[in-house]
Amino acid sequence: MVSYFIQPLSTYAGDIDFIIDLIFWLVGFWFVLSEGVFFWLIVRYRKKEGVPAEYITGETPEQKRWITIPHFLVLFCDIFILYYAIVAWYEVKQNLPPAEATIRVISQQWAWTFVHEGPDGKFDTADDITEMNELHISVDKLYHYKLSALDVMHSFSVPVFRLKQDAIPGRIITGWWEATGTGEYSIQCAEICGIGHGLMGARIFIDTPEQHAAWIADHSSIKYAALTPSQSAQQSVKE
Amino acid sequence: MAESIPHDVDAAHVDHGDHHEQTFWQKYVFSTDHKMIAMQYMFTGMAMGLIGAFMAYAFRMQLAFPGDSVPGFGIVTPANYNALVTNHGTIMIFWVAMPVLIAAFGNFLIPLMIGCDDMVFPKINRLSYQIFLLSAVVLVASFFVEGGGFGGAWTAYPPLSAKPIYNLTPLGCTMWVIAVGLEFVAFLLGGINFITTTMNARAPGMKLYDIPIVVWMIVIASILFMLSVGPLIAGAIMLVFDQTLGTAFFDPDKGGDPVLWQHLFWFFGHPEVYVVLLPAIGITAEIITVFSRKKLFAYKTVLHTAFGTGVLSFTVWAHHQFISGIDPRMANVFTVTTLLISIPIAEMMFVYIATLYGGSITLTTPMLWALAFIAEFLIGGVTGIFLGASGADIYFHDTYFVLAHFHYTFYPIAVIGTFAGFTFWFPKMFGKMMNDTLGKIHFWGTIIPFNLIFIPLFVLGAAGQHRRIYDYTGFPELAKYQDVRVFVTVALLVMLAFQLVFFYNCFISWRSGKKAGNNPWDSCTLEWTTSSPPGHGNWKELPTVYRGPYEYSTPGREKDFWPQNEPN
Repeated sequence: MVSYFIQPLSTYAGDIDFIIDLIFWLVGFWFVLSEGVFFWLIVRYRKKEGVPAEYITGETPEQKRWITIPHFLVLFCDIFILYYAIVAWYEVKQNLPPAEATIRVISQQWAWTFVHEGPDGKFDTADDITEMNELHISVDKLYHYKLSALDVMHSFSVPVFRLKQDAIPGRIITGWWEATGTGEYSIQCAEICGIGHGLMGARIFIDTPEQHAAWIADHSSIKYAALTPSQSAQQSVKE
Repeated sequence: MAESIPHDVDAAHVDHGDHHEQTFWQKYVFSTDHKMIAMQYMFTGMAMGLIGAFMAYAFRMQLAFPGDSVPGFGIVTPANYNALVTNHGTIMIFWVAMPVLIAAFGNFLIPLMIGCDDMVFPKINRLSYQIFLLSAVVLVASFFVEGGGFGGAWTAYPPLSAKPIYNLTPLGCTMWVIAVGLEFVAFLLGGINFITTTMNARAPGMKLYDIPIVVWMIVIASILFMLSVGPLIAGAIMLVFDQTLGTAFFDPDKGGDPVLWQHLFWFFGHPEVYVVLLPAIGITAEIITVFSRKKLFAYKTVLHTAFGTGVLSFTVWAHHQFISGIDPRMANVFTVTTLLISIPIAEMMFVYIATLYGGSITLTTPMLWALAFIAEFLIGGVTGIFLGASGADIYFHDTYFVLAHFHYTFYPIAVIGTFAGFTFWFPKMFGKMMNDTLGKIHFWGTIIPFNLIFIPLFVLGAAGQHRRIYDYTGFPELAKYQDVRVFVTVALLVMLAFQLVFFYNCFISWRSGKKAGNNPWDSCTLEWTTSSPPGHGNWKELPTVYRGPYEYSTPGREKDFWPQNEPN
């Protein structure tokens, strides 16, 4: 249902699309049946002269069956939905597979900042790469994100991954993704965050591993790492 | 007043209307008569509904034609847009659904349906309306203060709502919280009356299982409201302190926790859905039994499921916060409780469908509204399963799917339920019949555009469109759906235009409609045993009750209804 509009591009997107489709068909069946019975009864029991209504209390066990049997069928369907909902939830939110790379996602009114570790695999070193409103990642690589907010609540939403997580000031929330396809897609803020909320979009660029390695090499400040801070500053000014 | 007139002493009862001449102020402004207070709530609620509808018009026009000047409003800036969506939600829930469904119908129906002359605390009742009116004035005034109305969504999550440097509406945000707080006080006072009156002032012979379902539902709703609102009132006070005194209850930089507000808000916010739902379900029960000439299927089951729903509604709040940074394991618990609550609600729908079986159905205007409530609310119910299932909610959270879902619950409740009740009890309220043809034109002119508005919004939500964004044309993935947005806005304009038919019908029927008589629908419940409209004091002689409220088509009787007050 969702994949008709937006392609699934993360390892867990399929699980989420599955639970949505499952609910759609299970619930859709009961919905169509209930509405069908409902409209049929309205047509069937329209007032006819000389035909009085029946007197049914609905209190005897035989009559109550019309309520209790559908009731247990609903419960039965609920159990299926519950199981697959929790499976998908566990995979996205509770499970945390080991990271191959980590990205800091920092939200503020009204921009996204993404910090990569750079070639050395460590944060807060000179080779960190900082991007604003653009996120370059590699396909088939397991990323952890460290999500934080500088002022108010925001929400990091990547529809192609089926990923969404609120960012809360004062906390760092860890989660993960692994992309399964390349291309340029949308990142949106999904929690109202003030007058600029409507502008708080970003773009995600999912590259092949080779392209991504080239991008890292091109953007990393590693080449400045050996320089003194003042030289480094001059270098950035030139660029 | 009720407490001074024992029901069993007929001689003590006097018709208050004959007692003394009332001045205009006594009769219309400072009245303690439950029927007048009901009308005050009804018309204040409807007036606020028009304001809320105007806001919807303004922001839908902005979404369809971004940046264009909206006729009657002007340019919708991002700040305007946020204030419009925030206050549209706030008004429609707290100043339309609550006053109309609970306060107006509760005040009008409870004394009339249980057979007493007024609420047991008439002055508290008057105070309730006055505080409510004050709260409405504060809210409306907040649009006109410096900085404009609050724009942090009706859920008002801090820190955005707590700090003017973030929301840029220093006065608006505080007035918004104060208005909501005053409104809660008004409904607490009203609820005291509803519960006490129903428990203590019933007509002789009326046992608990003889109380009409709508009265029960309003009582259960009042109990839910009283039990759930406390935490939010505490939260609201903390929020005002954060805004004005510089405290840090919700400020993480100084040791506060912004997520605390979400718990306090939704601990109230989810039961609140049932607070407004139950009266609408009750109104539907009265109408479908009358117009299918059937006894309500399994009265006791309906009542017990309503209580069950009430209890369960306190255990589901965090399904609004699945992705808000709560411990992810908690989501599993709340998914279970949320899916469980689908069962009693589904059961009520089954009961209503079963009631139609074997009936003799007449499709009057109120019956059309009641049936539409069931058909449309079912859509709201089933789409809720997608959002209650934690795994699916990761994708749907804060998209238009959520928006369409809760409009399919709140619209049937607040709009369809209100029109159902209003057209059904109009003859009792004003003594005149409403024009049925105009009523049906209004019905179809509302129901068809309603579906044309919100079905496409489910699709936009599935396509990944997030909420509360004032212009989607800047998002490459979403810009291509602009035609859908224009279509939805046009459907809204059509729906709003048809509301003129309703107001015209009200006016023309009130002025020159057919006289209603005491019991135009051949109904069994007590309100139809007195004059239309009932005089001050309701009955010349208070009724005595002999049986339950839904004795339609009882075998062996000449007439197909057996009023509650007829000895045999």
